[in-house]
Amino acid sequence: MSKKIAVDPVTRIEGHLRIEAQIEGGRIVDAWSSSTAFRGIETILKGRDPRDAHHFTQRFCGVCTTVHSMASIRCVEDALGIQIPDNARLIRNLIMGIQNVQDHVIHFYHLHALDWVDIVSALSADPVQTAKLAQSISDWPKNSPTYFKQVQDRVKAFAGTGRLGPFQNAYWGHKAYRLPPEANLMAVAHYLEALEWQKDIIKVHAILGSKNPHPQTFLVGGMSIPVDPDSQNAINADKIAHMRKLLRSARAFVEQVYIPDLLAVASFYKEWAGIGGGVGNFLTYGDFPMDNAGGTDSFYFPRGVIMAKDLSRVLPMDQEKITEYVTRSWYTYSGGDDKGLHPYDGETSHRYTGPKPPYEFLDTEGKYSWVKAPRYDGAPMEVGPLARMVIGYAAGHQEIQETVNFVLNKLGVGPEALFSTLGRTAARGIETLLLAQKNELWLNQLADNMGRGILEVHNGYRWDPSTWPREARGFGYHEAPRGALGHWVRIERGAIANFQAVVPSTWNAGPRDAAGQMGPYEASLVGTPVADPEQPLEILRTIHSFDPCLACAVHVLDGKGTEIVRVKVL
Amino acid sequence: MSILILGLGNAVMTDDAFGSRAVEALAARYRFPEEVVLLDGGTLGLDLLPRFEGVDRLLILDAIDMGATPGTSFRLVGEEVPRAFASKLSVHQMGVQDLLAVAELQGNLPNELVVWGVQPSSIEMGLELSAQVRSALPEVIERVRGELQGWGVELQPIF
Repeated sequence: MSKKIAVDPVTRIEGHLRIEAQIEGGRIVDAWSSSTAFRGIETILKGRDPRDAHHFTQRFCGVCTTVHSMASIRCVEDALGIQIPDNARLIRNLIMGIQNVQDHVIHFYHLHALDWVDIVSALSADPVQTAKLAQSISDWPKNSPTYFKQVQDRVKAFAGTGRLGPFQNAYWGHKAYRLPPEANLMAVAHYLEALEWQKDIIKVHAILGSKNPHPQTFLVGGMSIPVDPDSQNAINADKIAHMRKLLRSARAFVEQVYIPDLLAVASFYKEWAGIGGGVGNFLTYGDFPMDNAGGTDSFYFPRGVIMAKDLSRVLPMDQEKITEYVTRSWYTYSGGDDKGLHPYDGETSHRYTGPKPPYEFLDTEGKYSWVKAPRYDGAPMEVGPLARMVIGYAAGHQEIQETVNFVLNKLGVGPEALFSTLGRTAARGIETLLLAQKNELWLNQLADNMGRGILEVHNGYRWDPSTWPREARGFGYHEAPRGALGHWVRIERGAIANFQAVVPSTWNAGPRDAAGQMGPYEASLVGTPVADPEQPLEILRTIHSFDPCLACAVHVLDGKGTEIVRVKVL
Repeated sequence: MSILILGLGNAVMTDDAFGSRAVEALAARYRFPEEVVLLDGGTLGLDLLPRFEGVDRLLILDAIDMGATPGTSFRLVGEEVPRAFASKLSVHQMGVQDLLAVAELQGNLPNELVVWGVQPSSIEMGLELSAQVRSALPEVIERVRGELQGWGVELQPIF
């Protein structure tokens, strides 16, 4: 018996992603990933001052604002040949580093954990046994019976009013939930703790960016936040001390709560190390420069490409090999929809040919998404934490290898387990741990620079447009929490002639291309067992493992808001 | 005693921006004492959680679909609040309902919670409030002044 189902929206915060899946004999045999919202910021950017681009591109999304600043600034710096001062590198690394740490923890607890953790089951847990379990995996000071009892009572009282708030749109009691009640209670307690924690540690952004969301201190050529031990309004010894405290608390939570929870939950779901692999091709632009010479060799997370899960060979990444297809997307290209275009020559001309809402299903034989289909050398690529960790692993990056091996050993699985839903979720935890540790190094280096009187944060070379070449073009890279983010700019006579962004979710959530090749989400779903098509929890597990967010992947919000998760069975 | 007046809504979605516009109108008309914080919360959702810390009384201003005539204003308290927000469409899926629920689970929900809402006429894309909702603004502002009076705060008009 064949059934087609639609899950819409899939995400827990921003809801513009839709998955349609064909199910036969309890397994997914075909899948389509679609974004149902159009945006057009690239069009708005044309003709503007390239130094202002980052203020606009931040508005691609209401959540991941910082990452687009970073990529926009870098593409303009690349176009104009600007090298930034060391302090600017360190401040940027810190902003990006803490962004990744906060984002990944929020993803694990607030956007993904409830695919594995049954909150209703937590109500029947024994707080004493829960404390024993928690103490056996971590020495986190809060793990006491009293604490777990308090949390359980609060959730009980809350559920007793007939409300489940953020927890209501889920498949509680689904047989694919496998954690004992105590593990569920532990995870629910940490869900609430992580909410407290995340709002504190992101104060680093308020200090370095003067505002969060939408930090304001990015500047072409460096940063606009001064480093000056003698000023109250600059990064000074007090601010460094404050940030040190925040970064320590960030690391402590990651080491003592997130990682132990991740390992504990994963140990109950090991079969998911064999599900959800996807395209098996990975791409990173690399990021977190460890010096400011401007080379890509110093990147803490290396740049590279892996094809067909081949861990024995890391290929160099050449951005010239990137093209975007619109064959199955609601756009049209002036030279024909069957050809790919490099982002420098990218076009954003929308042409909606899909059904008029409300509809049951998309026409998946034709165009079916607002996301374009990016390809590298013609192949679909997965980007994100898993791409970063497998490329680092294969490239012999010592810290990545050690941490990946630690996690694999704990779970008793081999490196092939990385290519899966579980591998993706584990890779996110691994890189969070690495970055939580690195952040403190970068802060120390910034403090050292300040101590030695090195205060420069901005390079004014080529700030003045009269010094610019008549024409220039640049590529801005960033490893955002969700993966490789690229901005491309062409500057002509001091103004933006063309601007294109290929965001991580474009890579991962994109539809089929001219050759009919599936995108990573689609490919990852094929073969996935679905126990109950009316409650496709398994689809959410795999798609959430990519950390989907489609506000930015599509190129104007439809403005209709969102509906609650809707599942339709044909 | 700390009071937070929180306007919610999306500035580019016509009447959905009511809460934000009401906060702006209040700030333009009155001087507020230190213990009262006026905040345009936009569509920040859960990012507003830290703003609840130390707040004893919370007054939310928002456009809410109660199936009434556009421009009708209403006051909600207690159990009516989550019910009213349950069906609220928000650009961010994690909306007011989740914000309040999480604050409650964390033990950070202010002791007193009052919502003043207006029935929207349109939540289509657009920068202006509809005529019906715009004409409800002065009444709601007067109600907010009365609400604060009940909490012992007298607002001084800016001349």
